[in-house]
Amino acid sequence: MRRRCLLTGMLVWLAATPASAFVAYVSNEKGNTVTVIDTDSWTVTKTIKVGQRPRGIEFSRDGKFVMVAVGDDDTIQVIDTKTQEIVDTLPSGPDPELFTQDAAGKTMYVANENDNTVTVIDLEKRARLGDIQVGVEPEGMTISPDGKVLINTSETTNMAHFIDTATRQIVGNVLVDSRPRFAQFKRDGSELWVSSEIGGTVSIIDPVKREVTGKITFEIPGLRNEAIQPVGIGMTKDGKTAFVALGPANRVAVVDGATHKVLKYLLVGQRVWHMDFTPDEKYLMVTNGVSNDVSVIDVAAQKVIKTIQVGELPWGITVAQP
Amino acid sequence: MFRWLIGTIALSMMAARALAADPVEIHIGYLGHAGVKSTLSLVEQPADNDGIAGARLAIEDNNTTGKFLNQRFALDEVKVKDSDDVAKVATDLAGRNDYIITDLPADALLKVADALRDRGTMLLNAGAIDDRLREQDCRGNVVHVAPTRSMLADALGQYLVWKQWKRWLLVSGSHDQDKLYADALRRAANRFGAKIVQERTFEDTGGARRTDSGVTLIQRQMPVFTQQAPAYDVLVAADESEVFANYLPYRTWDPRPVAGSAGLVPTSWDAAHDQWGAVQIQNRFVKLNMRRMTALDMQAWTAARMIGEATSRTSSGDPKKVIAFLKSKDFSIAAFKGTRLTLRDWNWQLRQPILLADGRMVVSVSPQEGFLHQVSELDTLGVDRPETKCKLQ
Repeated sequence: MRRRCLLTGMLVWLAATPASAFVAYVSNEKGNTVTVIDTDSWTVTKTIKVGQRPRGIEFSRDGKFVMVAVGDDDTIQVIDTKTQEIVDTLPSGPDPELFTQDAAGKTMYVANENDNTVTVIDLEKRARLGDIQVGVEPEGMTISPDGKVLINTSETTNMAHFIDTATRQIVGNVLVDSRPRFAQFKRDGSELWVSSEIGGTVSIIDPVKREVTGKITFEIPGLRNEAIQPVGIGMTKDGKTAFVALGPANRVAVVDGATHKVLKYLLVGQRVWHMDFTPDEKYLMVTNGVSNDVSVIDVAAQKVIKTIQVGELPWGITVAQP
Repeated sequence: MFRWLIGTIALSMMAARALAADPVEIHIGYLGHAGVKSTLSLVEQPADNDGIAGARLAIEDNNTTGKFLNQRFALDEVKVKDSDDVAKVATDLAGRNDYIITDLPADALLKVADALRDRGTMLLNAGAIDDRLREQDCRGNVVHVAPTRSMLADALGQYLVWKQWKRWLLVSGSHDQDKLYADALRRAANRFGAKIVQERTFEDTGGARRTDSGVTLIQRQMPVFTQQAPAYDVLVAADESEVFANYLPYRTWDPRPVAGSAGLVPTSWDAAHDQWGAVQIQNRFVKLNMRRMTALDMQAWTAARMIGEATSRTSSGDPKKVIAFLKSKDFSIAAFKGTRLTLRDWNWQLRQPILLADGRMVVSVSPQEGFLHQVSELDTLGVDRPETKCKLQ
């Protein structure tokens, strides 16, 4: 019965409601909880107990569920957004960290850090379809806008692997700087951005040629270079503005999407990890791992307007319609 | 059946060869010394493959990456006994390998470095922590992956000063390397504003490390040995020879913490380290070797990964190119320490954060907050450029 519910849920697309209030789910890596935030009042409305070491977190495409990778339990838990309770688990490989879904919300791809594999999961049947062997310590995951190419980054191999979603074969590998953690396509598919935490850069990759065509570097006066550790990336739908979380530099860089120039650094909390926009793109919410809070950035004004206390060591965040 | 199997393998090998060019082969030698030292604590007794096990894991990691770049890495392991001619063994090994990871005492390493000077072989020192190898005895063909004694002492010193434990009772062993460690600790106290209130020497009078009624005797000895000390905050022990330091915790006359060679120990790696993705390598290591990862394992892993990293960045099997890149400003390596590790270009020492571990947990990681440096905070650990005695040739 439960399975049928999930199945129907995943297939039905909810028509976008014009509500201005959204809901954010934040995974707290140490707290083993997920914090629920109402973006109208910017308050915490609920804290959900989840499995061990929750990190990657994302709404299902239909908005009915939130999926959270609980690495130390070797699974992905499914939270029903109506009841805000865990209703099921998905069969990932060992130590799942980040994952991505195809546009239809039918297939999920999970990076399993411990196993040098990407696991493919059928979300309707909730069955494991297979594994793809990738480099050492797979982490960043994203799908090209046309759905044809899956990108996985591997942290010790230092590559972005291009995987054909139809054949599930690696069709290209692009070397980037040390410890690539996150990958993001421009909405028009023209560029792939990959952040390198230890290398301290964001590589701009031409997805057709599969070559690095440029690199974004960061410099903050008075801050030692080693503290600049790019992780999460957020890009507006028009591709004009990007935000890059700089980890222990405690800042989010605002980057011009066209020229790749850094426009500004916004001071946020300590060890900033990941981010997500509200669906109207008015706000960007970022998780601050060490200071245990979430910073809210006004996207148009490019200013931090609010800080919300969450659980212990917040890591991932996902925002959607309530 | 068997013949069919062989046929299939041959066929698939032919097919594989037809698809891709032969991979570039990269040969890395590992030159270690036979025999392991005896430790006071049974749980700290090193395994026979201490160090080599880390290099083996790095070769696996390099090969996972290498399969995407058509590069294959192989490890050539040799152990020398004290009676062997180490220069000859190294020359043989250098005939088969362009890079050699060494776990040798300082004098043996210098013999090897000088014997191979004109060959172009790169040595990666994973085992020796002697400062002199990076100072007056530095060599242009040796890259130092192991931290120095002074880096270790400074890492501890910064933490003790941060903790406001500034009055140290320094107890050193009577062997040469204990004295060198004591020198490094004195230097650290001086640099960071700690005061050594008194020094004592623990003479090694010989004797077995394991006896059936050991504890009874030690329990009487250690309080007496540490009696009547001037007021101090922490006992700092310099005992690389494993003679007494691990007997000190909980047995000092005054109730004081112990640091240095026991208690809070500065180290390049600890089996309990789990920050910055380290849990991944800890898991991989245990899976491959059925034991936990030591500092020497990590130093050897890092050495072999440095070759892997430079090879993938230059996409070259030419050691000249790889070594040139390794020694360039563009080179850095990720090693689960929360920051990139780079080489000091004045003596080829790898900059690295140092963990402070108590045998169960990682207590802190140095450099500590507030110890500033104009180039890299990692250069607050050890001998810095302005003080160096190294003249690279």
